[in-house]
Amino acid sequence: MAKTIGQEFVKGLWEEIPPFRLVLGLCPTLAVTKSVENGIGMGLATTFVLVCANLLVSILSGIIPSKIRIACFIIIIATFVTVVELMMQAYAYQLFQNLGIFIPLIVVNCIVLGRAEAFASKNKVIPSFADGLGIGVGFTLSLTAISAVRECLGNGTLLGYSVFGPAFEPFSFMVEAPGAFICLGLLLCIMNIIGQK
Amino acid sequence: MREMVKMVIVLTVLSSLSGGLLAALKNNTQDRIDSQVLKFVKGPAIEKILEGATNDPVNDRFSLKVEGEEEERNFFVGVYDGTPRAVAFETRASGYGGDMGVMVAFNVKTDKIMGVSVTTHNETPGVGATVETNTDFKKQFAGLPADADPNVKKDGGSINAMSGATITSRAVCKAVRRATDLYQQLQSKIKDQVKTFTG
Repeated sequence: MAKTIGQEFVKGLWEEIPPFRLVLGLCPTLAVTKSVENGIGMGLATTFVLVCANLLVSILSGIIPSKIRIACFIIIIATFVTVVELMMQAYAYQLFQNLGIFIPLIVVNCIVLGRAEAFASKNKVIPSFADGLGIGVGFTLSLTAISAVRECLGNGTLLGYSVFGPAFEPFSFMVEAPGAFICLGLLLCIMNIIGQK
Repeated sequence: MREMVKMVIVLTVLSSLSGGLLAALKNNTQDRIDSQVLKFVKGPAIEKILEGATNDPVNDRFSLKVEGEEEERNFFVGVYDGTPRAVAFETRASGYGGDMGVMVAFNVKTDKIMGVSVTTHNETPGVGATVETNTDFKKQFAGLPADADPNVKKDGGSINAMSGATITSRAVCKAVRRATDLYQQLQSKIKDQVKTFTG
């Protein structure tokens, strides 16, 4: 049964929300969520790439021979990632400094290739757009949630503003990689509890 | 056969379109990116160590060729009360988390270090990364003569290492030593160039 455009968008926000439900794109999730600013920046960059790649893949899906489709998808994705990288360097340099190597690594983010292969290549332009936007917004929300917990506990701040006051001793374990795993696990646990009801 | 030709054509067209688009974008953003790097990476470091300069050291710069290096190095000039007195440049050394950039300023009248500041680093947050804000550690370099050989106390030098971050402290010392070496090597050329800048 075909879903409506709205359903294609909404599924990315809970039912198939990355990285919790799709369990894809864990590398940037764990690496850049040290602060909310980085989390949102990474989420938006990925969303832009997802939407553009999904659009172009669904437009070109009739022309691309199936044997070399993955190579073509990668070219399309890599092009948009480089666009994001250059624009970020030119207009948001500090964000670029914080995200560093993880911007070029969006190319190999499984969410982007996964959506191009599993959805955009088989669907029309408008549903593909809705799908890319939904998954992208979902990814941004996840990163924001994880980074909010980590920044709050690990640094005592939220978006750079102090939350607990100067007496708070930062739980610096949370801004290291193992803290990211634990935070991801706990949030997934909460999601499952909510989902069971 | 027809299928193969189609594959080649699709890939070629797609790659060249992508290449062309990116080349155009790169050309259009290059100047802006260069100025962003100067503003956000080198600028703050230069301003910190050339505090009180009456000119804009980021704009007043010259470049010199260093023997054995392909690219020319940038030197930033600080003018105080109408006389160009200071020169700052960046050297690199390997810290705990890889490459680290350190901006070192020299007073060309007294041949002494005026200050050091870290530009780029990848040190552990909360430990080595505190080098960014730890002024007590960096103050130790100010006033050292250009022929000094700064080293941490553990290695027989006179610099107090940052607690828990000996490797980072060592890297800063090493970068400063590279800077003093370079300064001594290029002293006359640097002084000639600095003279040409006036407030």
